[in-house]
Amino acid sequence: MVRRKSPGRTAFIYCNYTLLALLSLLCIFPLIQVLAISFSSSYAAASGLVRFFPVDFTLDAYKYVATKPEFLRSFGITIERVLLGVSINMLVTILVAYPLSKDSSQLRFRTAFVWLFVFTMLFNGGLIPTYVVIKDLHMLNSIWALVLPGALPIFNVILLLNFFRNIPKELLEASFMDGANQWSTLWRIVVPVSLPALATITLFATVGHWNAWFDGIIYMNQPDKYPLQSYMQTIIVARDMSNLSLDDIDKLKNVSDRNIKAAQIFLGALPILLIYPLLQRFFMTGIVMGSVKE
Amino acid sequence: MNNRFKLGNYSLYLMLLPGLALIVIFNYVPMAGLAIGFQQFNPTKGLFGSEYIGFENFKYVYSLDDTMTVLRNTVSIAVMKMIAGLIVPIVVALLLNEVGKAYFRKGVQTLIYLPHFLSWVILAGILMDVLSPSTGIVNQFLGLFGIKPIFFLGNPSWFQPVLVISDVWKEFGFNTIVYLAALTGINPNLYEAAQMDGAGRRKQTWYITLPGILPIIILLATLSLGNVLNAGFDQVFNMYSPVVYSTGDIIDTYVYRLGMINFQFGVATAVGLFKSVVSFVLISVSYMLAYRFANYRIF
Repeated sequence: MVRRKSPGRTAFIYCNYTLLALLSLLCIFPLIQVLAISFSSSYAAASGLVRFFPVDFTLDAYKYVATKPEFLRSFGITIERVLLGVSINMLVTILVAYPLSKDSSQLRFRTAFVWLFVFTMLFNGGLIPTYVVIKDLHMLNSIWALVLPGALPIFNVILLLNFFRNIPKELLEASFMDGANQWSTLWRIVVPVSLPALATITLFATVGHWNAWFDGIIYMNQPDKYPLQSYMQTIIVARDMSNLSLDDIDKLKNVSDRNIKAAQIFLGALPILLIYPLLQRFFMTGIVMGSVKE
Repeated sequence: MNNRFKLGNYSLYLMLLPGLALIVIFNYVPMAGLAIGFQQFNPTKGLFGSEYIGFENFKYVYSLDDTMTVLRNTVSIAVMKMIAGLIVPIVVALLLNEVGKAYFRKGVQTLIYLPHFLSWVILAGILMDVLSPSTGIVNQFLGLFGIKPIFFLGNPSWFQPVLVISDVWKEFGFNTIVYLAALTGINPNLYEAAQMDGAGRRKQTWYITLPGILPIIILLATLSLGNVLNAGFDQVFNMYSPVVYSTGDIIDTYVYRLGMINFQFGVATAVGLFKSVVSFVLISVSYMLAYRFANYRIF
């Protein structure tokens, strides 16, 4: 039953498309403008001439950033924390989610264990007590302070345990029949069939570690131990000029502060933009996964 | 039922050990550390050596002028974010649902999810640039209409609206997904039946689409109740400055400054404890409501 569209309907469709197009552009225009500024000359950037295309195209800002030891060092620390942190996250998450996906006949006190983990999502000690604990463990200024406290994101555990529960029981029973124990069943059967779920969680963990900045600020006393986002927090947001050396000031003559900041902002966002197609594909799975329960 | 204690199952408990150790050390020990809130805390004496002073820290905080301002700011920012953050995604999902062309829908989705994945450090850097009164593009645009430059991040009466709008800007795309997923779950036969009965598009939206996603809307609204004291530390911390403390300072930033800048550990912990307890009650109530009325379970 095909009906002609009424004029009102046609008008609505046009308005709808226009509105949604504007909305989408609104989401990326700020990013595009920052990108344009980062490729513009300091003069053009400082005098506000740049819109959405670079003015006096130059790579000066990026060249300046590339020679900045602080930027490169913090970039390295972030890479280290992402690799170490995500590996630990994944290992512990899998190890916790698998037993909790069993029912109480196999894991006694299952419900109590689950509550022990879930309770940490509902209540926490807050900033100061956590800081005191990290300090008393002598973890300040160590990469472990960035990696261990958040090593078990409970939300990811719940996603994964719900996924594990939907694995056909026959598959596991067949494995036990063949004489495999829990440990080898986990690594040979459960993990391989859960790759889509694990990929989703790996991406969540990666983005989480890449974007984390506050732990760096409070747990690292020396700025040379800052991961990238913490370092960017101090230079872009806090605008502290006092830690510039004379050499830096000399270089600054050619490049206004604004396009350097823009270049760093863009570089800080770049890895996320690069894995964005993957993220988009997987987080839909993640949300569906979280909502599927028996 | 003897196989319960077969050797194989001990390994299940062993697997839990690393995770248990982590949450005990980094979650449960700090909870015990909340006792700092009742102490005249001295870092060199530690948790067990510091003097117990009862509710003195709480009384002190209550006597500070800033405390009420901070509490008011927190609730007002959080509630505005909750309301705007609920409505905008629903509207966008309904509009997207009316789009026939799949590539257009996909394109819009790709662009509006993006800000969700960037940190507030990056986004605050971007916002400070585009909102700058001298060179920012927003003020240049307003200038076209003869509006004088507005110092959005340095003006107390603008600061809260800027926080709410920029938070919605970051998150609405992501939250739209949930509603879009719910929309695809609506039985298409209902629309056909409605067409047979002569219902137009608007009536279909009103009588089929909205009731179809109402359970999800109610569920998310209920669950968001737990956030009444969460005004968004990451965002506020990266965007505020002393000029806008009067409207922009929130509990979390207040705790940070009391503790990490002024080193008043006891007082800061007392404020943090207040927030933790109130949030816990709110979250528990919201989960209980969600469980009772939407049969929602977290695990």
